[in-house]
Amino acid sequence: MSSLPYLLNGALVTIKLGIISMLLGFVVALPLAFGQVYGNRIIKKLVSVYERVVRSIPLLVILFLIFYGLPSLKIRLPEFTSAVLALGLRSAAYQSQIYRGAIQSVSGSQMKAALSLGMNRLTAFFYVILPQAVRIAIPPTGNEAAIVLKDTSVVYAIGVSELLRQGYYIITTHYEPMLIYLTVAFIYLILTVSINGLLSLFEKKFKIPGIGAEGGPNDY
Amino acid sequence: MTTNHLLLIENLHKSFDDNKVLNGISFHLDKGETKVIVGPSGTGKSTILNSINMLVRPDEGKIYLENIEITSSKNIHKIRQEIGFVFQDFGLFNHLTAKGNVMIGLTRVKKMKKKEAEEIAMFELERVGLSKFADHYPAQLSGGQKQRVGIARALAMQPKLILFDEPTSALDPELTGEVLNVMKKLAAEGMTMLIVSHEMGFARTVADEIIFMENGEIIEQGPPEKLFTNPDHERTKEFLLKFIDLYYEGV
Repeated sequence: MSSLPYLLNGALVTIKLGIISMLLGFVVALPLAFGQVYGNRIIKKLVSVYERVVRSIPLLVILFLIFYGLPSLKIRLPEFTSAVLALGLRSAAYQSQIYRGAIQSVSGSQMKAALSLGMNRLTAFFYVILPQAVRIAIPPTGNEAAIVLKDTSVVYAIGVSELLRQGYYIITTHYEPMLIYLTVAFIYLILTVSINGLLSLFEKKFKIPGIGAEGGPNDY
Repeated sequence: MTTNHLLLIENLHKSFDDNKVLNGISFHLDKGETKVIVGPSGTGKSTILNSINMLVRPDEGKIYLENIEITSSKNIHKIRQEIGFVFQDFGLFNHLTAKGNVMIGLTRVKKMKKKEAEEIAMFELERVGLSKFADHYPAQLSGGQKQRVGIARALAMQPKLILFDEPTSALDPELTGEVLNVMKKLAAEGMTMLIVSHEMGFARTVADEIIFMENGEIIEQGPPEKLFTNPDHERTKEFLLKFIDLYYEGV
């Protein structure tokens, strides 16, 4: 198994791609979600158009537009950067929906109660709405992270040496596609399972007592 | 404008779309007084409370809190600190313990030191009989306990008056007693309170005055004994008698 170090190198690139894309998605998604909940009609419309358009284009097409399309506008980006942009901007469209839903599911009477204590909207958002919204957003954000991680395999198409591409290189010299692809699949499995593990750790840490699976007074 | 009243409301009007909810409401509240607003559902009772806290902007009319016109105030956050609000659905912050709920206004709004805020929070929880539950989260409390935490949260801010918006309507009949008892105690201690409620027995014993409202207007206001036994208006009699019937039906 002399090829394992190559695969692990690829896995490292995959992890890097996944984390940076997820972070880019988060940074773009938060203001989008904020705009959808608290913005005026025009902002709301713009955000929903962005979400709709991005979500209806296949990832590979977004990737090709950025990597092969932009150079005709004299914008030439390296493979890794193009990959992160495609993955991150697409994930932003999904993540913003997660955060919007989470914020909206808290708002209402909690905001009213916070204002009645004399808080301004910003204080109320940071100390009352956000702490609750984050907890609601943890499970779907974990799902999204797993999806982004798996979808990093698509950027193999523009030559980024991530896990799948490394596997492909090995196969061209060793001719053992079944074994190599199974190993690749196994590594993806380990990565995704780790995300889920990390996630339940977070969930446990931030769990609000009395709410949830243990059967609190609110469970009927 | 100067007034000796703690709260003065003049000719309040409010519409939601085409629906006129408040149609010229005027009344006042003095320091230490308890007034209870009663009336059929949808007559604008809650809208009055929301207007006093500027959670709803009235279309017309003025509200004064100790001579300060709050309807035109630029610093509404400061005024809200002086007016407690107790909600029908409790409005407790679900991610905070009972103590945390009482503390958050002190630390985040009044910028108090944590230790000082904690002392006040424990004092107020004790006052509503819940010091043992300080570390419980809202989801671990009964409805009556939640509402008492809501009252402690309002008290901690040392408000000039507290607004109660149907504080017991979301509670089992068994649990309303513990909340009403706390409110009775506050009234006896001289807290100024404006209460929207359907608890006629409570209104009759605790209120200095009852305000009967219908269709966005005050039909009649006066001491409970007068309204319950000898009201000026036929409609007041009809409404209150219905409750008295209900009250004694099962006896």
